[in-house]
Amino acid sequence: MEFWYDPITTIFNSLLATFTGWGMSEIAATVLIYAITILLFVTFAMVLDIFLVWIERKVVARFQDRLGPNRLGPFGIFQPFADIVKLLIKEDITPVGADVIMFNLAPIFSMMSVLLLWAILPFAPKMVGVDLNVAMLYLVAAGSIGTLSVIMAGWASNNKYATMGAFRTVAQMISYEIPMVAAILVVVVLSGTMGAVGIVEAQEGIPFIFYAPLTALIFLISAIAELGRSPFDLNEAESEIVAGFHTEYTGMKFGLFYAGELLHSFTFGGFIALLFFGGHRFFGLENLGPIVGAIIFILKAIFFYWVIMWVKYTVPRIRVDHMLAFNWKFLTPLAFILLMVTALVGRLLMDSLWLVPALFLSNIFVGWMTVLYLKSHERKTREAEEAKSAPVVQH
Amino acid sequence: MGSQTPWVYVGIFVLVGLFIPIAAIAIATFLGPKKPNAIKQSTYECGIETVGDSWIQFKAQYYIFALVFLIFDVETVFLFPWAVSLNSLGIFAVFEGIIFILILLAGLIYAWKKGMLEWA
Repeated sequence: MEFWYDPITTIFNSLLATFTGWGMSEIAATVLIYAITILLFVTFAMVLDIFLVWIERKVVARFQDRLGPNRLGPFGIFQPFADIVKLLIKEDITPVGADVIMFNLAPIFSMMSVLLLWAILPFAPKMVGVDLNVAMLYLVAAGSIGTLSVIMAGWASNNKYATMGAFRTVAQMISYEIPMVAAILVVVVLSGTMGAVGIVEAQEGIPFIFYAPLTALIFLISAIAELGRSPFDLNEAESEIVAGFHTEYTGMKFGLFYAGELLHSFTFGGFIALLFFGGHRFFGLENLGPIVGAIIFILKAIFFYWVIMWVKYTVPRIRVDHMLAFNWKFLTPLAFILLMVTALVGRLLMDSLWLVPALFLSNIFVGWMTVLYLKSHERKTREAEEAKSAPVVQH
Repeated sequence: MGSQTPWVYVGIFVLVGLFIPIAAIAIATFLGPKKPNAIKQSTYECGIETVGDSWIQFKAQYYIFALVFLIFDVETVFLFPWAVSLNSLGIFAVFEGIIFILILLAGLIYAWKKGMLEWA
């Protein structure tokens, strides 16, 4: 029974007893167990990634009214394995004039930045890699390594398209980091902690989506932009700059960028579930044990991964100036206004029953005011345009 | 797990996170054919020969957005401790934080009015 309610600590303690029984010092044994568990954990992530390739191809096929892979195995589930074999036996081409070290490091960093996020992803309170007390800062920091890998890939490729793609991506990724951090700050204000497990525990009664619905929307939008998926796929806009920053990559190095993007989307699906939808909770079902909680968490993450895919295959790409204007003139001010409103309302009604309705209504109010302001602004611009272009009436 | 030594865990995670993609690339290099030639190695540019080098001019606007980002990023890091300890501090701290954010937004509006946020 102990195993069922806290599997990881049980395994950890029994392994520690075994290894110290063999004459290892406790520190060496701990490091060894960490290394083994992390290797297993990351392998699980990579296997899930293979599965995600299949989901992605199947879902995009359905969105485009096709069948998708359906030849290898039931529902084509072995297709990604064939893809991997193909990627592995492709020739690895380094273009002339490329900066070889940077060129090879970029896909490695791209994958690593995603895998690092898995260290803090809490599948259930007892099933988390490490419960850092600064998990939210760690999330932002690990995400920045992804931006670094993009500029490395674009710069080292010695290709105009790659350089252009890298510039665009970096402009986009760093811009949308601001509303994302502001949205995370709202969650930190509500839960009073930066730890991932603490945030899940703070959503004991009501998930944060009811405290901050508008913030959740901002987080979703900026997460999609961070991932560089459509409508924010300017970095690899096929019709404009070939494939953007990974134009010159072949074989497994391209595969790492691709797999990294899919795993990143899934991980952000997990973070949406964690920050706004109560993590592993599902109407008391999580009380059955951490393993059930972890399965619920993964299902939630796949659901939000599907939402991100839904957006990707429905919305056309936006222009680069619109992308930046949307962020700096709309999302950033709105996210900071929401942060101020949440801090004020949340502090004033700290232990009151009215906290959730008040926060919900204040979110609605801010959203409504924003829509009204945008409408009046749009009308003013249109009237100014019409006044300018209208023919002068002769008297 | 990892309650005593969280950063050791993160450190090992970084090493494993580096090892897995390196292993993937190493296997691919080992299995793949190696027959380089000049045309294959040349830089891709829609099938024509590359004109000039890749050190293209880029819009100065990218640089300005990076500067605006830098200011906001540093300021949000300052906001994290405020957000964590909000409920244990007095109501005064809330207004302090709001004034801080307002100063931040005033900077954004200044950049906006100066036309720094325009792409063209």
